[in-house]
Amino acid sequence: MAEIDLQGLRKTYGRVVAIRELSLQIRDGEFLVLLGPSGCGKTTTLRAIAGLEALDRGRIMIGGRDVTALPPGKRGIAMVFQSYAVFPHMRVYDNVVFGLRMRGVPEAEQRRRAAETADLLGIADLLDRYPAQLSGGQRQRVAVARAIVMRPDVLLMDEPLSNLDALLRLHMRAELKRLHREVGSTTVYVTHDQLEALSLGDRIAVMKDGAIVQCGTATEIYDTPANRFVGSFIGAPPMNFVSGTLRAADGRLVVDTAGGSVALPDALRTSLGERAGREIVVGIRPEHIEVAAAQATEAIAAEVIVVEPVGAYQLMTVRAGRELLKVTVPTDLDVQPAQRVWLRMNPGRIRLMDAQTGQAVGAAP
Amino acid sequence: MTLRRLGLYSAALVVGAWVALPLVLITLAAFTPRDLLYQWPRRLWPEAFTLDTLLFFTRSAGVLRATWNSVFVASMTIGLSFLIAAPTGYALARYRFRGRDALQLAILATKMFPATVLSIPLAVAFIRWGLYDTLVGVAIVHTALSIPFVTVIVVSVFLGISFELEEAAMTLGSSRAQAFLRVTLPMALPGLAAAGIFTFVLSWNEVFAATILTLDNRTLPALIINSVVAAGAPLHYRFAGGFFMVVPALVIIFLIRRYLLTLWGVTVR
Repeated sequence: MAEIDLQGLRKTYGRVVAIRELSLQIRDGEFLVLLGPSGCGKTTTLRAIAGLEALDRGRIMIGGRDVTALPPGKRGIAMVFQSYAVFPHMRVYDNVVFGLRMRGVPEAEQRRRAAETADLLGIADLLDRYPAQLSGGQRQRVAVARAIVMRPDVLLMDEPLSNLDALLRLHMRAELKRLHREVGSTTVYVTHDQLEALSLGDRIAVMKDGAIVQCGTATEIYDTPANRFVGSFIGAPPMNFVSGTLRAADGRLVVDTAGGSVALPDALRTSLGERAGREIVVGIRPEHIEVAAAQATEAIAAEVIVVEPVGAYQLMTVRAGRELLKVTVPTDLDVQPAQRVWLRMNPGRIRLMDAQTGQAVGAAP
Repeated sequence: MTLRRLGLYSAALVVGAWVALPLVLITLAAFTPRDLLYQWPRRLWPEAFTLDTLLFFTRSAGVLRATWNSVFVASMTIGLSFLIAAPTGYALARYRFRGRDALQLAILATKMFPATVLSIPLAVAFIRWGLYDTLVGVAIVHTALSIPFVTVIVVSVFLGISFELEEAAMTLGSSRAQAFLRVTLPMALPGLAAAGIFTFVLSWNEVFAATILTLDNRTLPALIINSVVAAGAPLHYRFAGGFFMVVPALVIIFLIRRYLLTLWGVTVR
């Protein structure tokens, strides 16, 4: 059993704050992704769990054991580095069994476990080679093999796919997911790639400026971002944010935005009723706006600015009122720039944010 | 061939000849029989070769002992300078600490003072400490001379080895020392060996301090200089001595040329 409990971590480098204040519980066997832009403290957090960074404050518990003061080798962790950090002066086999040797595992057991792990990662025929003779993808597999051969309680991965080309990355992403299912180690995975995070993570912790902004499943993070930052960081194209005003009308809560108005679900009325008459930010994802060529009730008039076919769908930039919005539409919808269209925001998918703080308000739809 | 290439190659030829020509002439002279050496006009390519000149040199009084002295001093210099410069270089490469830049500058600053200026105080101090005319004394001075080089080289060697490799070893159960010994050191070894050999050449060739600080315990260059300047050694002795001095350095530099280039920040592939 190896749940991880991070309690009030803080780390500074001189005047630079890498981790402001971070607490997080990771369940045994969970695949947790730390996601954020560069400089948000995600790698520092991972390195702190590994024991490669000394913290200013806070405690790290792994499997109920306080490991804060333990060296990396005594924490029951294994790590895959962004640069792979495969030892260039050793053959693949010696790389893979390095940790077992350091632990004094008997030779026969080393061989058995190395063979087993090599099979799992499909590098059995590379064991006699030197890393210089391997491709980037193969080196990456060696790095992963070297980590999981230890049967670690906790597997840490620091942007392991970022040095691979796009096709290989897609392939390895699926491989890592399969591997996690088969090995079952609690995994903490750092990335700045939101697609990687959404596809791999049981839960995703979105970080910004040294703190966790939101932690939840891919669906939670995507559908109900906790604030503007999460909404814009996750999703490509990102969530649209348009300013609006709340108003009560006919016993319903209505938001006036983008030169039109949308009636909000009743669930929101109770929690947001007292905000009526106030400014608000409307967050809506591009795929939750319906586009029609003909006028319809409750639709907002808009003008098409740009149409970009991107394969699976068309990405449209439209102007509604004074706001620019990104909308995705099916490829068979025939629209031209400067054309007039009508938008219908799916009221159930609207995420309202406070105009000042950018924090989401109201109950999750 | 374009004009540009022609110019480049001619320039290379001139520079090469500038270095190689004296070496070639010394080598030829070292294998020329004594009587031919004194002929005038002398032919550029001698009509006979002999080992007698070299044998005469090696059998001259004190040469073998001076050679041994030189090897002893050079080995000791390697030992001492690595003892000091290797940890310094590692620290400069791996850690950021207060005064790091100042230290780096201070190491190079030792090169600011000409040895000539230091020679008298140095000799006086060595007499007082009982180090005058000892091989240890010469080795200490050579160590001081080579530390800047060794430090710079060691820094670049360790900078070339990613710290992540050591960290990876640590996550796999090594202590910091084990990580260094099992991962960084084996990778650094060729570069460090090159630095050691370079130090050997530095000490082997150093003549000024060795001459000033010794009387009876001469190193080879000091002995040769003394024989030539003070005793007016004959021409064939000079050539043979020159050849004898230059060969080890030449062979060694040839063997480690690839490292020397990378050490000075030029990568050759």
